[in-house]
Amino acid sequence: MIKSKMTNLAIFQASKWLFSRTLSSLSSSHPLHVCIVGSGPAGFYTAEKMLKAHKGAEVDVIDRLPTPFGLVRSGVAPDHPETKIVTNQFSRVASNERCSFIGNVSLGTSVSLSELREIYHVVVLAYGAESDRVLGVPGEDLAGIYSAREFVWWYNGHPDCNKLTPDLKSTDTVVVLGQGNVALDVARILLQPTSELATTDIANHALLALEESTIRRVFLVGRRGPVQAACTAKELREILGIKDIYIHIEEADLIKSSADEVELKNSRSQKRVYELLSKAATSQQSHPIPSQRELHFVFFKKPDRFLHSDISSNVSGVRFEKTYLKGVVPNIQGRVLSDKSEHAILEKGLYVAGWLKRGPTGIIGTNLFCAEETVASISEDLKQGMLTSTLKPGRDGLLQLLHDKGIRYIPFSGWKKIDLQERSDGSLRNKPREKINFLG
Amino acid sequence: MFISKLSQVGLWMVRESKIGRFTSVSKTGFLQGHSKGYLQHLKHSFSTTAADKAHEEGNQEKEKFHGDQVSKISVTFVDKDGDEKTIKVPIGMSMLEAAHENDIELEGKYSGHLWIEYLGGACEGSLACSTCHVIVMDVDYYNRLEDPTDEENDMLDLAFGLTETSRLGCQVIAKPELDGIRVALPAATRNFAVDGYVPKPH
Repeated sequence: MIKSKMTNLAIFQASKWLFSRTLSSLSSSHPLHVCIVGSGPAGFYTAEKMLKAHKGAEVDVIDRLPTPFGLVRSGVAPDHPETKIVTNQFSRVASNERCSFIGNVSLGTSVSLSELREIYHVVVLAYGAESDRVLGVPGEDLAGIYSAREFVWWYNGHPDCNKLTPDLKSTDTVVVLGQGNVALDVARILLQPTSELATTDIANHALLALEESTIRRVFLVGRRGPVQAACTAKELREILGIKDIYIHIEEADLIKSSADEVELKNSRSQKRVYELLSKAATSQQSHPIPSQRELHFVFFKKPDRFLHSDISSNVSGVRFEKTYLKGVVPNIQGRVLSDKSEHAILEKGLYVAGWLKRGPTGIIGTNLFCAEETVASISEDLKQGMLTSTLKPGRDGLLQLLHDKGIRYIPFSGWKKIDLQERSDGSLRNKPREKINFLG
Repeated sequence: MFISKLSQVGLWMVRESKIGRFTSVSKTGFLQGHSKGYLQHLKHSFSTTAADKAHEEGNQEKEKFHGDQVSKISVTFVDKDGDEKTIKVPIGMSMLEAAHENDIELEGKYSGHLWIEYLGGACEGSLACSTCHVIVMDVDYYNRLEDPTDEENDMLDLAFGLTETSRLGCQVIAKPELDGIRVALPAATRNFAVDGYVPKPH
């Protein structure tokens, strides 16, 4: 039912939008046509900067999903609504008359890169890094082992992972490999009272599974020590503050080498993380009381192999923490290079922003500066006359192509309908939204 | 759950009443137009305790100086190219809000690289990002500010170009002692221009 709802909506909105589009394209005779692939923070910050820097630019943001905002929607934890406020800003960008969101259009299947480069003067790739890191550890294909991306997408209602159904009932223990913020998100979702998650925009299937979960103990395993822990103070403070939780940190792990001392001196954030960990270690109770949920920080350990078990109770869920750098495109300040060699040439009109440009690290705000750099490169190339020598069809060309291929796209007004529906579905459950997680 | 709902409503009320007093103090009605819009954004924010605290402190400040002649202070913003812009900021208003107000006011006179474009505010003042990072240019003025809360420090950890006198613009609230303060926007892009720059892991 949800499926058909979304499809109908797309058709209705598309015709309405075509009309307004014709009006707006009349006003500018030879606009610069820009296509941004991916509608996460990197994509929208790039769009915003392009619109501001070039008054004659028309910017289309395409996404393979019908919904915009990338990892703000499917990556940011449901209990971090304040982090999602940035979507207000992105919505204002998408509502700019020179900007269009075109959802449900996938690079590689709906439209090829060479087609986009034919149609647009400038193509910016900002579709992130979606592949998972392979640890190369024996046994990592065993059942019960998930990548953090899968698990996060599952609780955030991403359509690709709504069928994941992780087994949270055959064991009481989960091991999370990694101690970055995503690892902490996963641990927090598993350990905090579900009553607190119930009023967030967590996917309902995840909420139900967590309500029935028997998980009581989570180990966060890091290869290095507390001085190098990859999380930030905010996330750490938050997880240490979960109500009635037992925290365990080996005090011996807190001993610092002289190299550690230097590292702490040079990094304010690492210093503050270390201080929080030390404080937690010294103020911890000696033993958990029965039924108390437990969080164990384990340092200086890396996975060697995953053991196969004969009895199901021995299977422990193990998750990976980080996506890997496979997707990173060689570039100079956002200008895409033909390859990684010394003799690489610049790919005219092709740019990159966000995780695809610099690897899967950093916070949402990092993309602001990253987008600024890419847009500065585009502006410089425009000034040199490198990009506008030929007329290009831009948005009209893309829509024609999608029409010819029979692909139904979702405009921003379509997303707004979805948004409204999700909010109204959510309000029935006292949640900010209930995500529609099936694709039409 | 219910309690947190209630406290949110309480927060709105604090903010609404704040604006009510605000406009009567500043008399000119400077805020009336735009601040409503900004408040509407704020309504969506899920403020942390620190943000609440900051607002309450802002209110106390206003109480204290109610009736005084001082209703606005002079604040100079220095952008990353070194260009300066001095504006009048009503007592009780944060530097982030002031920047947004003045962006609206100045629109048309400047295009492209107005400093405001660099003062973000992605989380609209709810202490969930560091995009409104500013650097207080004079230690003496820096010392007149309340110490940053743990929550603000958590966000400053992630700010680009952090200095000893860095603060979040949403937490620097205009008060009479700050008249004449100069704040700079960090020269953020230099982080990416350097070859081999590796962003900090998150």
